[in-house]
Amino acid sequence: MRWWTFLLACSAVAAAVFFAACWLANDYYFFAGYTVLQFVVLATAWNILGGYCGYVNFGSAAFFAVGAYTTVFFHKALPLPIPALVLLAGIASGLIGLGTGYLTLRLRGAFFSIATLALAVVLQTLVVNWNYVGGSRGAYVVRPNEVALIGSYVQYLFLIMLALAVGALAVARAIERSRLGFGFATIRDDELAAEASGVPTLKLKLIATTLSGALMGMAGAPFPYYIGYLEPASAFGLPYAVNAIAMPMIGGTTSWVGPLIGALLLGTLQQVATVTISSAVNLLLVGLLLVGFVIVAPKGIVGLVQPYWGRKRKRAEPP
Amino acid sequence: MTAQLLEVDGLGKRFGGFVALDGVDLSIAPGERVGLIGPNGSGKSTLVNCLCGTLANETGSVRFDGRDLSGLVAHQRTRLGMARSFQLPRPFPSMTVGDNLRIPLLYAVNARPGAAHLSVAETRERCAELLGLVGLAGRVHDYPRDLTQVDMRKLELARAMASDPKLLIADEAMAGLSHSEVSDIVALLVRLNERGITVILIEHIMRAVMSFSQRLVVLVSGKKIADGRPDEVIRDAEVERAYLGQ
Ligand SMILES: Nc1ncnc2c1ncn2[C@@H]1O[C@H](COP(=O)(O)OP(=O)(O)OP(=O)(O)O)[C@@H](O)[C@H]1O
Ligand SMILES: [Mg+2]
Repeated sequence: MRWWTFLLACSAVAAAVFFAACWLANDYYFFAGYTVLQFVVLATAWNILGGYCGYVNFGSAAFFAVGAYTTVFFHKALPLPIPALVLLAGIASGLIGLGTGYLTLRLRGAFFSIATLALAVVLQTLVVNWNYVGGSRGAYVVRPNEVALIGSYVQYLFLIMLALAVGALAVARAIERSRLGFGFATIRDDELAAEASGVPTLKLKLIATTLSGALMGMAGAPFPYYIGYLEPASAFGLPYAVNAIAMPMIGGTTSWVGPLIGALLLGTLQQVATVTISSAVNLLLVGLLLVGFVIVAPKGIVGLVQPYWGRKRKRAEPP
Repeated sequence: MTAQLLEVDGLGKRFGGFVALDGVDLSIAPGERVGLIGPNGSGKSTLVNCLCGTLANETGSVRFDGRDLSGLVAHQRTRLGMARSFQLPRPFPSMTVGDNLRIPLLYAVNARPGAAHLSVAETRERCAELLGLVGLAGRVHDYPRDLTQVDMRKLELARAMASDPKLLIADEAMAGLSHSEVSDIVALLVRLNERGITVILIEHIMRAVMSFSQRLVVLVSGKKIADGRPDEVIRDAEVERAYLGQ
C-alpha cells in the first residue's frame, strides 16, 4: 500500500468512527474518545524515538505540556483557530525536541532517559514561574459552545484529534518503510556498526527527537480547550509519561500498529476504569499490565500475533 | 612523495594511562595489499578504530585520499571510501542478512556526491552478488541469529565491501574459518584488490597473511617495529623476538 492509499484508508476508518460516535448521540463518547485518540498520537510519537531508534524518552509529558502551553500563550496573546495552534505547538515542541537532542543524544541508554526526565522537571519549573501563562495557579481557557458546521465543541476537538491520529500514524508508517526507518533501526541495533556503514547517526537521532517531540506537542495543543482550565500539574502529569511508554511497549514497538493497538486498548481500559471504579486506579492498571507484558511478551501484542500472521508478508524495500 | 591513499602520521591513542598507540606512521599507496600483524593487544584494532573514526586519536593525523580526516566522524569517513569489518562481528540483529547489506548501499553508496542512486532492483542485485562473493548465497532472508560465528564473519566482511570502498580494512575476518575457507577469503580479497581496492588485512593466520600481503607491517605494544617486504620482515630479529616473547 502506498502512503496516500494508507492515508485514505485511515481517513475512511476515522470518518466511520466519527459518524458512529455522532450516531450514538452522546457527548460522553466524544469526551472519552478524545482522550483515547490523544494517547494514540502520544504513543505513536513516543515510538518514533523509543521504538524505532531505541531511545527511551521519560519526558513525554514535557513535550505534551509545551504544546498545551503554546495554546494557552496564544489564547492570551493572539487568539487563533485550533489547527493553527496545533501547527505552532508542533513547531515549538519540535524545536524543544531538537534542542534536547543536541544536549542529550551523546548520552546512551539510561543516561539519555534520565536527561529527558530532567528536561520535564526543568520545563515544569519554568512554567510554574511564568505568570503570563498562569504560573502555578493555572489558566482558564474559555471555549465557545458551538462550532459552525460541526456542532458541539467537543465534537470539533474530537475531530481534530482524530485527524492528528491519522496524520501521526501515516508519518510513522511512512518512516518505517523508508530509508530513514532503516537508518533508525540500525541506531537501535548498533550505533557503531551503523556509523561504520555510513549512517549519520546523530543527524538521524535529531530528526527522530524533533519529529517525536513535534507530534507530542501537537497532541497537547487542543488540550487546554478540552479541559478548560490548565495547570502545570495536569499538563506535566505522570499519566502522559507513563502511558506514552506503556502503550507502545504493550502493543509492540517495531511497527506503527503496536502503539495504535496499545493506545486503543489501554486508553479504552482506563476510560472504563475511570467510569466504573475511579481514575485513581488507572496508573496502577497500566503499571501492572506493563510489568506483565515486559515479563511475558517483551515484543508486545504485535510480537505475539506476528508469527501466525506477519510471516508471509514480505517486508517492503526502501527506495 | 607520490600520492598516497592513506597517510598516518604520528598517531597516538591512550586509554587512561595505558598507551595503546604510540606515534604510529604508516603510508599506503593506492592498490596495495598490506598485512598488519602483531601480538594480541598490540593495538591493531585500536589503529583501525582511529583510522575509521570509531575512536578519536589524541595525537597525530590521518590523511585519506588527499584529505585530512581530523574532525570527520565515522560515517563521513565511510562515505569517503574507507570501510572496515569489526573483529567481533556487529551485525544489525533485527534485520535480515540482505537488509544488513542494504544499509551501506543506502547510506554510503547512495549518499556519495555525484554517485548514481541505486534502484531497488539494483540494490537487491548488489546484495545477492555480495552474498555470493563471501559464500552466503541464499541466506538473504535469514537473520544474523541464524548464522554461525563463521558466517557472521563473512557477513561482516560483505557489509564492509558493500559500501564500495577505496580502502578495505579486514580486522581478523578469518578467525575460525576452515583451511579452504581461509583460502577462499584470501582469493576474494585478492580479487577485490585486482578491481582496484586497497586492502589492509589484519590476521593471526600467518599462511593467509603471507600469501596475501605485498607488504607487511608489524605492530608491537602500540609501536610500529617493522614495515617492508613480507619475507624480509618475517626474518627481522625484532619481529621474531616480539613473537617468541609472547
Ligand atoms: N576501549 C578500550 N578501553 C580501554 N582499553 C582498551 C580499549 N580498547 C582496547 N584497549 C586496550 O588496548 C590494547 C590494544 O587493543 P587492541 O584491541 O587494539 O589490540 P589488537 O592488536 O587488536 O589485539 P588482538 O590481536 O587481540 O585483536 C589492549 O591492551 C586493550 O586491552
Ligand atoms: Mg584486534
